[in-house]
Amino acid sequence: MSIMSEPSASGRFGSFGGRYVPETLVPACEELEAAFREAWAEPAFRAELDGLLRDYAGRPSPVTEAKRLSEQLGCRVLLKREDLNHTGSHKINNVLGQALLARRMGKTRLLAETGAGQHGVATATAAALFGMECVVYMGEVDMDRQSLNVFRMRLLGAEVRPALSGSRTLKDAVNEAMRDWVGTVENSHYCLGSALGPHPYPWMVREFHRVIGEESRAQCALLLDGGTPDVIAACVGGGSNAIGIFSGFADTDAELVGVQPAGGASIGHGSPGIVHGMVSYLLQDEWGQVEEALSISAGLDYPGVGPEHSHLEEIGRARYETVTDAEVVDAFLLLSRTEGIIPALEPAHAIAWMSRERASLEGQTVLVCLSGRGDKDVAQMMDVLGADVSTGRGR
Amino acid sequence: MSATTVTATATPVPPAPLAIGPFEARLRAARAEGRKLLVPYVTGGLGADWCEIVRAAAAAGADAIEIGIPFSDPVMDGPTIQQASDRALRSGATPQSVLDSLRTIDAGVPLAVMTYANIAFHAGWERFASQLHDANVAAAILPDLPLDEAGDWCVAADEHSVETVLLAAPTAPDERLPRICERSRGFVYAVGLLGVTGARESLAASALVIARRLKLVTDKPLLVGVGIGSPAQAVEVCASADGVVIGSVVVQRMLEGGGPEGVAALVREYRTALDSHEW
Ligand SMILES: Cc1ncc(COP(=O)(O)O)c(C=O)c1O
Repeated sequence: MSIMSEPSASGRFGSFGGRYVPETLVPACEELEAAFREAWAEPAFRAELDGLLRDYAGRPSPVTEAKRLSEQLGCRVLLKREDLNHTGSHKINNVLGQALLARRMGKTRLLAETGAGQHGVATATAAALFGMECVVYMGEVDMDRQSLNVFRMRLLGAEVRPALSGSRTLKDAVNEAMRDWVGTVENSHYCLGSALGPHPYPWMVREFHRVIGEESRAQCALLLDGGTPDVIAACVGGGSNAIGIFSGFADTDAELVGVQPAGGASIGHGSPGIVHGMVSYLLQDEWGQVEEALSISAGLDYPGVGPEHSHLEEIGRARYETVTDAEVVDAFLLLSRTEGIIPALEPAHAIAWMSRERASLEGQTVLVCLSGRGDKDVAQMMDVLGADVSTGRGR
Repeated sequence: MSATTVTATATPVPPAPLAIGPFEARLRAARAEGRKLLVPYVTGGLGADWCEIVRAAAAAGADAIEIGIPFSDPVMDGPTIQQASDRALRSGATPQSVLDSLRTIDAGVPLAVMTYANIAFHAGWERFASQLHDANVAAAILPDLPLDEAGDWCVAADEHSVETVLLAAPTAPDERLPRICERSRGFVYAVGLLGVTGARESLAASALVIARRLKLVTDKPLLVGVGIGSPAQAVEVCASADGVVIGSVVVQRMLEGGGPEGVAALVREYRTALDSHEW
């Protein structure tokens, strides 16, 4: 099996993945797998999705030379601008694909979990576009720190339901969405927002985000005289933006680097475990109880990771690093002030890693997946930095 | 952290052993006497008196008891059992503490453990199966380990004489039900409705439908669980099934501080309703 091709028949990437769901959901996962397989092989489906990505979401997203940042760091920084997509992040790529599939399967209701709210907003957007009902589960803690996105979802006509159990963050929102789906599987499609969950989600979500990697590959080739960047860096929550951009470079020499929050580094601090339908690295205690992640970024505040990342780490094709919340805050300011781009806190992790590792990256070309824009984080950062940030930190 | 580096492969599910296990044999025998089967669920480690509650439920007419080993992320459970799991975990319950108690509980009826796949996976399938056996647990129910993923676990459980009960849901196509029934040991657990655990106001129509569909393909004891909220509902569904699992109603009583007497009274209501009906 070549790297980043299809998972095995049982939905495995190496020893990770699978379909560990309540019996009630097995037929729905099988139906989804069959529908995706069929649609993905169908030129008409691809053309419809490509058309939506182009005319509705605004693809292709550009690659920007970050000149001032490059000067400051001593490496050549290229930014894949997923922040410029409609709704403000990469999440729309996956959602438009799944919404088309849902309609094809005759489902009338979209269900989603969301952490930072970007996936929830994207799902609410697609539901509005297709005239579907939409329910989004969001941890109570996240509803508070990403309140702007809660309002956006409601504006779009979605119902936002708080997840009140556990850490009241992304993990718990996934639990609630799965519980809802167990009861509503006949009319609802679970529009999972990252490259995780039971088979076929990790594979399907990667395929819907492959467009990030494919566009980047061609755009970089133009900028680099047919070459590829030395390093591809992306933040990793569940891992969808990272798996999308990695997929465009899996067969090159480019080094693939996933950046996790220090408080949610399932790869490195976790061990293989089963939750949310898959075997993957998981933060857990000595008994197998899932531990809570702790990150400034709601979108990365997740104790697991998509199974293909666990596999890429296992075979040594990608490596996974961590950055602290404080480094992320600095990077948030750094990109804002060197390039005039306010990043979401999630991709600020990738910027933070690059900034910290500038010495070892000297002279190299680094492509960063700028997975989303920072508007949603502005209120939270006002609390962290104080309203008067014009002086002091950053430059 | 215990050094588990178990890998999960999709091991083909082995055929179920030909010999009927002692747990299933006991349920079959009770059924043969014309008795409807009653299996209450108790969250292990919930309150200081949970072991007494297990014994009281057994004495009040349960045919077996299902013991929940609490898990942090119970996706098949509704609010009642979530709250119970949470409370038990916060008071320090672990798989080991629950199993240690079961070893000496001497309830007088067989015990089945219900927990989530990661608890077994993290311990190691083999080690967990052996721990269940050592704790005198006769059967196991892992609601997020469907037939297709159950291979490694079934190998280990069969080896250690733990009977793996599989769930069958209303969403299953006809071809899937016989495969589930063939592999299920102890009994077949019919999921009564589309949804997670929790008592409902009335019996879902799907409960009778799934029970009838399963009866066409198996003669193993057939119990319906998930959603049963009253003795009348238990009687209603037993027109087509061999018995019921009652979970949230029992756990609700525990959460309210009903204690052994409260739970015994509840179990007795179900027992009486089932026994006094002309089948
Ligand atoms: C902008 C942005 N980037 C990244 C993520 C993390 O998700 P993933 O790891 O699936 O890309 C999120 C999730 O909310 C996000 O909003």
